[in-house]
Amino acid sequence: MADTAIPEGLLGADPDLNDVEALNVRVLTPFQMAWRRYWHHKGAAIATIIMTMLLIIVIFAPLTARYGINEQVLKIQEGNNVYLSPRSIAWMGTDEIGRDIYSRLIWGVRTSLFIGVTSAILSVIIGTTVGAIAGLRGGVFDDLMMRVTDIFLAFPFLVLVIVVRAALGNLPWLTAIIGDISSIRFLIVLFAIFGWMGVARLVRGQVLSLKEREFIEASRAVGASNTRIVLSHLLPNSIGPILVALTLSVAGSIIGESTLSFFGLGPQPGTNSTSLGLLVELSSSGAKQGNWWLVAFPCGALVLLVVCINFIGDGLRDAVDAKLDTGK
Amino acid sequence: MLRFIVRRLLWLPLTLLLVTFLVYCAVRTGWHPEQTYKRSNPRATREKVEQYLAVNGLYKGWGGYVRGYFEWLWRFIQGPDHWPRSIKGRALVYPPLRYSIFNTLRLAGIASILGISIGLTVGTLAARKPGSWFDNIANTGAFFVGAVPAFVSGVILQLVFAVELGWFPVGGVYPPGHQGFDLLLMIKHLVLPVTVVAVQVIAQYSRYMRASLLDVRSSDFVRTARAKGLSERNVLFRHGVRNAMIPVATVLALDVGQLIGGLIITEAIFNYPGMGVYFLKASFNGDIPQLMPYLVIIVTSVLVFNLIADVSYALLDPRIRLG
Repeated sequence: MADTAIPEGLLGADPDLNDVEALNVRVLTPFQMAWRRYWHHKGAAIATIIMTMLLIIVIFAPLTARYGINEQVLKIQEGNNVYLSPRSIAWMGTDEIGRDIYSRLIWGVRTSLFIGVTSAILSVIIGTTVGAIAGLRGGVFDDLMMRVTDIFLAFPFLVLVIVVRAALGNLPWLTAIIGDISSIRFLIVLFAIFGWMGVARLVRGQVLSLKEREFIEASRAVGASNTRIVLSHLLPNSIGPILVALTLSVAGSIIGESTLSFFGLGPQPGTNSTSLGLLVELSSSGAKQGNWWLVAFPCGALVLLVVCINFIGDGLRDAVDAKLDTGK
Repeated sequence: MLRFIVRRLLWLPLTLLLVTFLVYCAVRTGWHPEQTYKRSNPRATREKVEQYLAVNGLYKGWGGYVRGYFEWLWRFIQGPDHWPRSIKGRALVYPPLRYSIFNTLRLAGIASILGISIGLTVGTLAARKPGSWFDNIANTGAFFVGAVPAFVSGVILQLVFAVELGWFPVGGVYPPGHQGFDLLLMIKHLVLPVTVVAVQVIAQYSRYMRASLLDVRSSDFVRTARAKGLSERNVLFRHGVRNAMIPVATVLALDVGQLIGGLIITEAIFNYPGMGVYFLKASFNGDIPQLMPYLVIIVTSVLVFNLIADVSYALLDPRIRLG
């Protein structure tokens, strides 16, 4: 990278190669280089812009939504407010009881994103801890952990979720802590339980390969404790893959929530809330009479959200991969 | 090698016992036996409830779990005739389960054969010239298709091709009331669900294959093959694709579980009477006698395919020597 930025002739003038400023080369910090790699990924750049707009709309939902979650579109000259096609008073049409799809979508994406982000952060915290311990300590704990993870990850997700969800929801002492079976909190914990294993496996792999490197050996030689090695060497060095896993896990949780909602097993947090999956589920029944907007907008929003997050994850993967800059 | 396989094979029954015990505990906790029975049979007498609990070994308390598990296991291994009957109408569990297994195998078999063969071809073609227009289209397409959940693509396909255009039936294996075997009718009913599943498989496997083949292409033995003067075609197929298949084959065996999971959604949308619909119905009813055999089949197949994946990796890759 550096040699492309050096103007010709400068080297001929025999500059002091140790003096970076005399070389007239812009020195980039690793973060700046990663930043540049990230924006070079066109998909990620576009996805970031779309995602930022979506986030602004969703965070300021009370301002951007035109109606409340369960508010009906009223003041209609032509009479009925049920199953209106998209028009100026309801940009994305209305559903079977006359609620504005556009506003409900904003509220729904808000809930879904909240579930996705929270459960992803939770599972990354658990997964990183377990993975780091397993990788560093090795031995029986490591073997057991990885065996359990292997089996867990091989199971059909939906079957496992339905069984575990039912089991956890029937433990009174547990639901006292993590909330009722149909609450958002319960779902976040449920997804964290499933999400941490992939992260743990990833972090373990990182730790295993990093701990043989010279700089770890060096810090061990100067007497650094295990905790210090993990916190100030291993984790900062594997932050890239963890960040990618975090992003992809958000998308996974959003799809998972939608899937559960599709089967009526998602969160039903009172009447004053909705989620993306719930909207998709409700739409599929109403759309059989040719009300295409009921399906098109919620499904479109879900796919847009997931594609954007995946692109951002892809861009992050490029950003943390320093090999892309050196050409090999 | 043989010792490795034998050791893994010996571990298999033990793992199976442990996992099925966990599944049994989860099912018993998740679906309270007495409540679900009373919900399905509101007018059941006290004796009936007691009898149901006794037959299924659903004792209360922690000791009851272990005792109940072994009683259930004993009945289970005696064969389908001895399995406890379903909570609704005391129907036999095995015939509907077998019916659903065959339906699912048909759907999964066709979809995965189609999906994997197309996916591998697309991946190979894409990796042949990285950065070409075909590669870009295949890559972007797989990226977008992979992001569409099965219930979105299923609902949309159903609405467009079955409800609006009417080209294909909305769901099922046969129209209601149909008797006997009719291949053409069956294929017509299979087209939409197979498409939903196959498209996802194509997206996944084309990316696996592309990544794997690109990895192999930059290795030394491919350079050696080129240096020997082999044609590019020979290099690609004899040396590239065959070696690129090793990781793909392993992923394939590991993905069986996820395929079954993905089928549940598709089956539910198209009301296809397979294992997914069977499981959903049983879990909504809290039908423990129906749930357990299904879950045992899932657990067994997942563990066996996990083993196959490990063994196949060791068998296919000559660099791996296991003692």
